[in-house]
Amino acid sequence: MLEKALMGGKRYWSWLILLLAMMSVGFRFYLLQLNQGLTITGMSRDVSWGLYIAQFTFLVGVAASAVMVVLPYYLHNVKAFGQITIFGEFLAVSSVIMCLLFVIVDLGKPMRLLNMLLYPTPNSILFWDVIVLSGYLLLNIVIGWNVLEAERKAVSPPDWVKPLVYVSIPWAVSIHTVTAFIYSGLPGRDYWLTALMAARFLASAFACGPALLILLLLIIKTLSKFDPGREAIQKLAQIVTYAMVISLFFVGLEFFTAFYSQVPGHMHSLAYLFAGLDGHGKLIPFMWAFAFLAIGALILLLNPRTRQQESTLKVACGAVFASLWLEKGLGLVVAGFIPNAFGEVAEYLPTAPEILIALGIWATGALILTVLYKVAVSVKEEVA
Amino acid sequence: MSKMDRRSFLRFGGLCVLGLGVLSGAEVLAEKQLKAAPASPALVGKKWAMVIDMKKCWEAGKGECRDCILACHRAHNVPDIANPKEEVKWIWTEPYEEVFLDQKQEYTAEGIQGKPFLVLCNHCDNPPCARVCPTKATFKREDGIVMMDYHRCIGCRFCMAACPFGARSFNFRDPRPLLPKLNPDFPTREMGVVEKCNFCAERLEAGALPLCVEACRQGALVFGDLEDGNSEVRTILRSRFTMRRRPELGTGPNVYYAI
Repeated sequence: MLEKALMGGKRYWSWLILLLAMMSVGFRFYLLQLNQGLTITGMSRDVSWGLYIAQFTFLVGVAASAVMVVLPYYLHNVKAFGQITIFGEFLAVSSVIMCLLFVIVDLGKPMRLLNMLLYPTPNSILFWDVIVLSGYLLLNIVIGWNVLEAERKAVSPPDWVKPLVYVSIPWAVSIHTVTAFIYSGLPGRDYWLTALMAARFLASAFACGPALLILLLLIIKTLSKFDPGREAIQKLAQIVTYAMVISLFFVGLEFFTAFYSQVPGHMHSLAYLFAGLDGHGKLIPFMWAFAFLAIGALILLLNPRTRQQESTLKVACGAVFASLWLEKGLGLVVAGFIPNAFGEVAEYLPTAPEILIALGIWATGALILTVLYKVAVSVKEEVA
Repeated sequence: MSKMDRRSFLRFGGLCVLGLGVLSGAEVLAEKQLKAAPASPALVGKKWAMVIDMKKCWEAGKGECRDCILACHRAHNVPDIANPKEEVKWIWTEPYEEVFLDQKQEYTAEGIQGKPFLVLCNHCDNPPCARVCPTKATFKREDGIVMMDYHRCIGCRFCMAACPFGARSFNFRDPRPLLPKLNPDFPTREMGVVEKCNFCAERLEAGALPLCVEACRQGALVFGDLEDGNSEVRTILRSRFTMRRRPELGTGPNVYYAI
């Protein structure tokens, strides 16, 4: 089937070349990082994780969200999703690959990566995260590829695929839970030390992943002969709406506990993000952008007219994705380090090389996604 | 042998390699027998701890004394990095209000207000840094020292997120060119690994007290075994009021401050 990825028009190839160019720029700067160290990033001894780990965290969510098309189709027989589960699974594949790449570029000693497997350490959450992410990657590749191949041959997928699908559903939940545990089990990081973390992660994942999937499916619809169907899109839009409401509800819960209890440690990080702390507030504009985009998205999603109309749905989905990226892919990780162990504020903003390396990884993910989607769409066009 | 086919060549080669292996194994064994155990001078303890008498510390240099810091950093090849974002520190000072954040108040006694307090790794009983490390590069020893293997550390910095005391530093760049003077008796670190105070495990091994303790002219730093009721640290803890940093977190810090 992979040969279908080699048969594309001019637009397809120019897109791939653009992505390859971005990848090579990112790789060039990664070589610089390998040579000079993480000093080329904006990270410091106080804010010791930054854009890379935040992207990793955000993308685990996108990967986990594949379950939002797989679960309704396989457990509740939602027929509308039959045609699009493959797109959810392939989105998961490219997201997990990006996650692993972001972990690697964040390492000070990437050549020692295998130490994680050579000296397996079950009490480390990071060890478990690498295990569940690799397993999830494998599950989605195997399931997606076999289901697609069966569809092409107009037969039903092999019997052993079904149990794997069922395993992949709780597995999806596990990857984001374990990722949340990286943060929520650390003493002294009050902003992260909340039992709500895993639930919050899952809710925001189930909003931004399907929102991205809607946008991708609408792009596919205009670029190919494959139509995911209005019902599938609308069902996804409902999922995004519910998940976005729950997600913002959870953020509100954090605000209540912090500001009603008035415990300084619990207020500081939120205060830093939205109002500034001790005169420092580089992230304030980003966090207010999150707030406005999230509320705007919610208005468009809750109103049935704007949710059902494709043009406004697109805007809503874009706003969901952007707002949750700001909240989770930037603010959440950075603010956990602020203030530091001595109550001081050391600020963080990513540097240009850091951003270009991150963009290179996003381009890698986009390239893998493009190739996988090209294969899937070609099969669907062939069968139709 | 006039002709050797591939199979016999491999067989012969394999035997050679095996022979070399056995030979070196035998050598190691022989060496071990030869070097067997002159009595070890090492200081042994069950739970190493430190008590810092801050009054004595301030008397020393009116708050300007840096003897212990310089001695430690020079001996352990800690680089001199001016940029506070990338500083590497094993032992240093922070003002009282920042070391004991939870004790911060408007009306602190004048004698303590803004005074510098020495901070270092607390060698916790229940160290979160060792719990989160994905490679066991950070680990807790039997004698209580929280130790690091710089050759195993992958630089993921999970330990830095986990340490509630800010005791860990990361080598954002190659530290070697930034050493004021190289101490050939202690390893340097590479770029990309985390490091911190090791309670001078290498000196204890040789029967000496930690260098900071030795360097202090006032004897403000006292090191000893908490499990030994007669140790100097226990004597001070019995008679003086002491504080630890953030005990409410349950990590069990083993650095005590007598005020």
